[in-house]
Amino acid sequence: MINWKVILNIAKTHLMTKMKSTVTAALGVTFGIGAYITLVSFMTGLNEMLDSLILNQTPHIHLYNEIKPTEQQPISLYDEFKNSVHIVHSIKPKQSQKKIHNALPILNYLKNNKKVKGATPQLRTQIFYLSGSIELGGNLVGIDIMEETRISNMRDYIIGGSPEALKNAENGILLGSGLAAKMSLTVGDRVQISTVRGDVFPLKIVGIYQSGIADIDNIQSFANLKTVQRILGEAQNYITDINIKLFAIEKAPTIAQNLASQFKVTATDINQANAQFETGSNIRNLITYAVSITLLIVAGFGIYNILNMLIYEKMKDIAILKATGFSGRDVQLIFMSQAMIIGAIGGILGLIIGYGLSRLIDNVAFETEALPTITTYPISYNIAYYVIGITFALLSTFVAGWLPSNKAKRIDPVRIIRGT
Amino acid sequence: MKLVLETKNINKHFRKPNDFHVLKDISFRIKKGEFTSIMGKSGSGKSTLLYILSTMDTDYTGELYLNGQLVTGKPHEELSTIRNKHIGFVFQFHYLLSEFSVLENVMLPAKKLAEKSHVEIEYGAMEKLEMLHIGHLANQRASRISGGEKQRVAIARALINNPSILMCDEPTGNLDSHNSENVFNIFKRLKEEEGLSLLVVTHDEDFAKRTDRIIQMEDGRIIS
Repeated sequence: MINWKVILNIAKTHLMTKMKSTVTAALGVTFGIGAYITLVSFMTGLNEMLDSLILNQTPHIHLYNEIKPTEQQPISLYDEFKNSVHIVHSIKPKQSQKKIHNALPILNYLKNNKKVKGATPQLRTQIFYLSGSIELGGNLVGIDIMEETRISNMRDYIIGGSPEALKNAENGILLGSGLAAKMSLTVGDRVQISTVRGDVFPLKIVGIYQSGIADIDNIQSFANLKTVQRILGEAQNYITDINIKLFAIEKAPTIAQNLASQFKVTATDINQANAQFETGSNIRNLITYAVSITLLIVAGFGIYNILNMLIYEKMKDIAILKATGFSGRDVQLIFMSQAMIIGAIGGILGLIIGYGLSRLIDNVAFETEALPTITTYPISYNIAYYVIGITFALLSTFVAGWLPSNKAKRIDPVRIIRGT
Repeated sequence: MKLVLETKNINKHFRKPNDFHVLKDISFRIKKGEFTSIMGKSGSGKSTLLYILSTMDTDYTGELYLNGQLVTGKPHEELSTIRNKHIGFVFQFHYLLSEFSVLENVMLPAKKLAEKSHVEIEYGAMEKLEMLHIGHLANQRASRISGGEKQRVAIARALINNPSILMCDEPTGNLDSHNSENVFNIFKRLKEEEGLSLLVVTHDEDFAKRTDRIIQMEDGRIIS
């Protein structure tokens, strides 16, 4: 039977009379946990921001028709040359259209699919922006603006005007911010564009688009799908790309494969397109945890040291307790509970300090061209980090307390009392 | 007459640094209410014997009975409980927990036993302190009182669970003659008024002479 009241009372008295050591040990844990919480919140916030910068603009699955040579050249169909080396010079891409064959039925199919959050048609084409006698090369993307804003955070990247304005304007354009700067144009102005074939169209600027990635903002603009189809003189089913957002991003690779074989289109999934971002996030996480664990191990050694010293100091007390009927386990529990009290108090303080520092960082101004929606440093508040933090605090103090307290458990009272 | 303590052929060796036969075939009995002292020169094994009798030292051969019950070979947890409940212990150096108050020091073994409520324990502890004329020190820190007072506090602590036997290792070895006299009188009174059994290891011949019975030890044997 364990008499917790007595054990905790003794532990408390030991801690109170050794206030300095107690505070030092607890502060070690506090700094470890506080630094962990701050680091992990900041790092994750940063990761999420960087991920969203790229990933939100990248569809989970991208369908298009790739221009490439036929995989089966006529010679490989010929049985007589089966066992020979085939050498064919000057292979040309297969003659095919840029548009996706049967795009409208595919869209329909996707919109009825339960795993798909949304699918938007796009028509990408090369154009020239005309500014006086200067022609700037670029892209014009015809989109379904309302659907696009529903499934991606495109709205955040429209810094002047609004998506609704584009929807309502027959000849509207969302001009890339880099282009707008180059040509000194703003919302309400007109810009002339020219197709590859040389037809010139005037379009009204209803908004400015800034993705934060200069290479895109310098060449890309958006217009309504129908507008672009009309500019190109193509029919309503002329769609070159379909962007798909899924409910579960992990399923992207398998669904992409299915779609590719089902509709004979090229389908790339987000993992293929953005493998390097995953790597970046992982490495940043690794650094965060390595630093935090190092801090906590240092804190753990602090606790180990202080308890060890305490036990040497309390040798006589331990002998007395044992002589008057406290068992080895009681003595161990006394020192273990001291370690755990230090861990719990230090850990909780650490969480509070970590949260405070996170709040502080969260309120520091951080303005960047790349991210029009972000005004302060990004912080991720995730309850899981706090749970991990306190668990780690308790775990490390438990381990740090275990060894010295085990020694206390095994102290032979006779030897101490006889003074040998 | 009922026996409090009985040993049968207790032998003990110190194995380090080299083998040394400290106790040789120790067999004796202590009756209930008896005030016994163990005397002998340094190195005769009297303290070693006392620590075996106190159940703290378990590294011996032979049998030890407490209140007619075999104690030898019981697990450590159980021995702790036996010590807590049946044996009171007073050391040469008073060995109080210096961070606790006098009262808390006395109450601690009873709290561990947890047979009574906190109020009852406190009442009992005050009673013991009053009996030893140190009730006024109850709320002092244990580190702030004099040596003679400390020894009396240690006696009060040893008595708190109303043990079957009180064992003392040189209880007066560190005290002046006035305080020694005081401690002896307390023991005498406890024996006479409460019928407590006492076993005292001592160097002090005057002290031993006034006890009921002297066990003389020499070279690990009982000689009388």
